Amino acid sequence: MVPVLIWLERKVIADIQIRLGPNRVGPFGLLQPIADALKLIMKEEVTPALVDKWVYRLAPMMMMVPALLSIAAIPIGGTVTIGPRSFALQIMGAYRGPGGFYVPELDAGILLVLALSSLGVYGIVLAGWSSANKYSLLGGMRSSAQMLSYELPLGVALVGPLMLAGTLRLTGVVESQAHPYIWFIIPQFLAFVIHLMSGIAETNRAPFDLPEAEQELVGGYHTEYSSFRFAMFFMAEYLNMVTVSAISVTFFLGGYRLFWNDIAWLGPIWFGMKLLAVLYFFMWIRGTWPRVRFDQLMKLGWKASLPIALANVVVTAAILAFTPGNPTLVLSIASVILSTAAFFGLSYAVSYTLRHKAFAREQELRRRRLEGTVEP
Amino acid sequence: MSFELFAFVILGLVAVVSGIAVITAKNPIHAVMYLVTNFFALAMFYLVLAAQFIAFLQILVYAGAIMVLFLFVVMILNLTGAIESVRDKLPAQKWIAVALAVVLMLEFAAIAGSGSIATPRAGALAESFGTSKPIGLLLYSQYLLPFEVTSVLLLIAMVGSIVLARRRED
Repeated sequence: MVPVLIWLERKVIADIQIRLGPNRVGPFGLLQPIADALKLIMKEEVTPALVDKWVYRLAPMMMMVPALLSIAAIPIGGTVTIGPRSFALQIMGAYRGPGGFYVPELDAGILLVLALSSLGVYGIVLAGWSSANKYSLLGGMRSSAQMLSYELPLGVALVGPLMLAGTLRLTGVVESQAHPYIWFIIPQFLAFVIHLMSGIAETNRAPFDLPEAEQELVGGYHTEYSSFRFAMFFMAEYLNMVTVSAISVTFFLGGYRLFWNDIAWLGPIWFGMKLLAVLYFFMWIRGTWPRVRFDQLMKLGWKASLPIALANVVVTAAILAFTPGNPTLVLSIASVILSTAAFFGLSYAVSYTLRHKAFAREQELRRRRLEGTVEP
Repeated sequence: MSFELFAFVILGLVAVVSGIAVITAKNPIHAVMYLVTNFFALAMFYLVLAAQFIAFLQILVYAGAIMVLFLFVVMILNLTGAIESVRDKLPAQKWIAVALAVVLMLEFAAIAGSGSIATPRAGALAESFGTSKPIGLLLYSQYLLPFEVTSVLLLIAMVGSIVLARRRED
């Protein structure tokens, strides 16, 4: 999955920047990631002299293992039956075999995913610290501050959909979006936006890629790593991106269900399509947005995302508690109206400010020209 | 040997060794990492005891959030040199700590020996034991007051730390 993703990302970014992207190895450059992976494995591994050897070797694994594990808890399909056995299409899923043997479904599956993804930060911080390199250390520090700040809105944004679903089980969240058939992106649009934004920050991707800002930090926390240890960081980053996208698909885009379709075996196909759409969105953002400054990043995390996410929780809870009938429907209508209003309001405010500023600049220039301080 | 006993022995070894390593490690960063290992062993204990909700919370809150903050602070303060100077300021502390630990161990032994703690059998648990729903119900009904008091306590601690930090700034 990861090599395909890297190929896709390079192609998408190239397309955005009007380039061709990888096109030499294999048809459409499809074999390029394999060539890259081979190169990384065959390369000599360089360990700098002053590193803390144990921590230095442990760090890439500490990032890779949680990234791999957290995907296991996300359901990619419904429950299927083969003979006497029935199991959920999910790595850590429910299983019911012959002889009364069964594995119950993971209760509070979302907590496991969040817990595991919160462990990924150790890899980055320890890699930065153990490398004995100031750029690495700076990258590690930046990322630990960033990931701690954005973990909160990331989790709190999920509380709204969880309240609507009334369960912490991930399959429960998916099923509750099927009866009635409203994806939670509609009643919880605000939460969706915040979750996606925090997800991008949590995975250290552009425009929040300060921990590895090439222009300032050489390469960030993995500057000193080479060969396959470097590849592990790279892979873990892409895996984290897949996990965050998978969570948003499960919580906001109806998970493995499409329309009222009930064929469990088709679940992975719908899930994959939605996942690709969200991943494409991530790449699109990376290709088009400039990097934010560190103080802007912190302000966005603590002063904007978190209060908005908390307000969303309060409003959702109030509507759930005090609305007779169908609270999901009420929330959907309110959300659609509010989002549309916010969109037009914001666009108007931005265009007004820009026009105002342009006008003021024009006036200033005209005044200076009259004074003769500026060449006409 | 049952699976539970097997898991207990392995996890107990990991927990004890990492716990000892926390206090013997020379480098504070290594100590923090051993503490994380210890918390993981603890989370696995909860899983063995069929309390999966608490196990996940243990990882999420302690290993995932609090220890990262620890690591962050240790790295910012760069404590490696500071440990040596602190070490000999309280020579009596070492012996008091040992004495108190012995008292605590004796207490544990006395309680365990008296047989007043009955070990519940695995089959006796309800299927929903340790999941989020019964915990939430208990927390918001029977134990509402302690829960709210704890929240207020945390809030006070938060406000207090902000006040302390602001005062130094002036």
